[in-house]
Amino acid sequence: MALPIYASPLERAWHYTYLVICALIFLFLIAPILIIIPLSFNAEAYFTFSEKMLRLDPEGYSLRWYDRLLTFGMVAPDAPRDAAWWSDVWHNASWVRAAKNSLIIGFFATLIATVLGTLAALGLSRPEMPFRRTIMAILISPMIVPIIITATGLFFFYSMVGLAHSYVGIILAHATLGIPFVIITVTATLVGFDQSLNRAAASLGASPTRTFFQVTMPLIMPGVISGALFAFVTSFDEVVVVLFVAAPEQQTIPRQMWNGIREQISPTILAIATILVAISVALLTVLELLRRRSERLRGLSPG
Amino acid sequence: MADIPADQSAGIMRAADGRPLKVALARAQTRARRRAFLLVAPLLFFVLVTFVVPIGQMLHRSVHNPTFVDNMPQVAAWFRDTPAGTEPDEAALAALIAYLAAAAEARTIGAVGTRVNYEMQGTRSLFTAAGRRAGRLEAPYREALLDIDAKWGDPALWSTMRQVSTAYTANFYLAAVDRTRDLDGSVTRVAPDRAVYLTLFQRTFLLSALITFLCLLLGFPIAHLLATLPLRYSNLLMILVLLPFWTSLLVRTTAWMVILQGQGVLNNALVSLGIIGDTGRVELMYNQAGTVIAMTHILLPFMVLPLYSVMRTINPSYVRAARSLGATSWTAFRRVYLPQTLPGIGAGSLLVFILAVGYYITPALVGGASGQLISNLIAFHMQNSLNWSLAAALAALLLAAVLALYWLYDRLVGVDNMKLG
Repeated sequence: MALPIYASPLERAWHYTYLVICALIFLFLIAPILIIIPLSFNAEAYFTFSEKMLRLDPEGYSLRWYDRLLTFGMVAPDAPRDAAWWSDVWHNASWVRAAKNSLIIGFFATLIATVLGTLAALGLSRPEMPFRRTIMAILISPMIVPIIITATGLFFFYSMVGLAHSYVGIILAHATLGIPFVIITVTATLVGFDQSLNRAAASLGASPTRTFFQVTMPLIMPGVISGALFAFVTSFDEVVVVLFVAAPEQQTIPRQMWNGIREQISPTILAIATILVAISVALLTVLELLRRRSERLRGLSPG
Repeated sequence: MADIPADQSAGIMRAADGRPLKVALARAQTRARRRAFLLVAPLLFFVLVTFVVPIGQMLHRSVHNPTFVDNMPQVAAWFRDTPAGTEPDEAALAALIAYLAAAAEARTIGAVGTRVNYEMQGTRSLFTAAGRRAGRLEAPYREALLDIDAKWGDPALWSTMRQVSTAYTANFYLAAVDRTRDLDGSVTRVAPDRAVYLTLFQRTFLLSALITFLCLLLGFPIAHLLATLPLRYSNLLMILVLLPFWTSLLVRTTAWMVILQGQGVLNNALVSLGIIGDTGRVELMYNQAGTVIAMTHILLPFMVLPLYSVMRTINPSYVRAARSLGATSWTAFRRVYLPQTLPGIGAGSLLVFILAVGYYITPALVGGASGQLISNLIAFHMQNSLNWSLAAALAALLLAAVLALYWLYDRLVGVDNMKLG
């Protein structure tokens, strides 16, 4: 991207304008996410920077909205903070319950999506796979079909088969929504996979199962894990299907946020949003580490 | 081997077990195909059951609504047996009144009334009122019904009842494109004040096109920058694209609500900088502007990632060669670089457009009344008006549009070339 030495003054001017434009676009991308972080520490119930916050006065900042995340929905939020209080938090606080639901649903949905998705990706990446393109298009379609259509279809279907208002129903739906991501990431990993390694293992006497677990699996693991992370995030962030098919007691974090935004929007939403951003940063870090590991592994393999 | 004819056994290449090589190869290939398919089969079955079947079932609902025929089978039978336009005779009216009374007893009268009301506004109360008094009505029934409400003599009402008396109907699709049937059953436009759906489809496609264009406008420069910078810088900058991509949709929508509100960060900043007065705060939320800004931000990574993966493969020497042959930098960009990025532009634009057309959450939260898209109306009919068949018909039309675009995407880009980060 360096400016060539023969660039005319006009080109130079354009080059720097271009860099400024790019910087502004990056700002547009990242600023909304960064701006909610300081606002979540607001001492006032406003969604904007107060005078005190701008003066960096410590009084303008507080953890009250994070505290509210714990106390909202508790039986006795004002009791002394001993073991009983924490037990109350664990059992009754709305956000804690939502987090537990989200984690349970996310875990099982990810498990189903990853196991089935990885198996299917292994099949899809074989050259002899029949109807490869059509089947791939069907398996990716949950990502493409508008979520409202999926949710509507599931609403009728689950009412008919008796899965409405059940954890199983939500888990199956979220697994379906996560599958495209697993397929995409794992097939992308398998494109660079050297099939002669499998043949080498077979010629050395390993059974297909042993070959899979000792040769294929370790090499495609980075792809599988990033697919699983995608599937988990998809489930963890999904609100529309939950709104349509879940019972009130199956409150998840996104649904609680949705209600919060629509009804009594308070900076509590910003506190939970900040926590979610922190989780995204952690996930992104894991992904980056995986990508590096994958590159290192590929550097070793001759393919 | 027994299955090989003896006269062909000479001069053929054979596998170790004595079978002809050709047969052995074909078998091995069939086995390999079956094995590959068996790996995919569980997932395919899973997706068929949890995704394809529910959606198919919902689509069926868009043409199938048996409310009337289920609750009033005799009246429906009379409609079936008589030609259109027949005046209802006493026998049909007796059946109607008997069923109105029974339905009022069973509290399903509202369902029938609602079903007729979908096609002809203001008729629901007609049914509930008649149901309340049906038990006490005596012959002649025609006069008795007209006595309750003169509307029972309206031929339009009987024509509408005839239309809804069949379980299968295309009327919900007609309603979804602002059409209705008049007295003799021919298709006409609805009154302009009730025509909402075509406008909404149009708005959805226009706003999606605008959002796609904005994403391209913003995505192209940064994808170019990312693709031409040395890897160690571009990997760092890539985080700025990937972090929003990985952040919860609701978090990003909330962030835009915080920024765009009347008392929000942006307006406050503009006021304190003196650019606008305190009374002149810009309305950026609960309208189309809010929907467009927030959705552009949310969908931008889906444009940048495909563009980036195409641009990274473009050899920079082409542009240098063009320059050395005397092209200005603009010409070199327009004639040499830009054409090579077209696959990325196509992939990104199609993906963003497909996702934008079906968007629900962001318009619902920041769109207000004017920024709603077709998905929001489907949700409205599902949750508020409870006209599920109309919701299904609207969903079917939206799905058809999305699948057509998806087919185009598969043809031009290929679903197996989709990249995520």
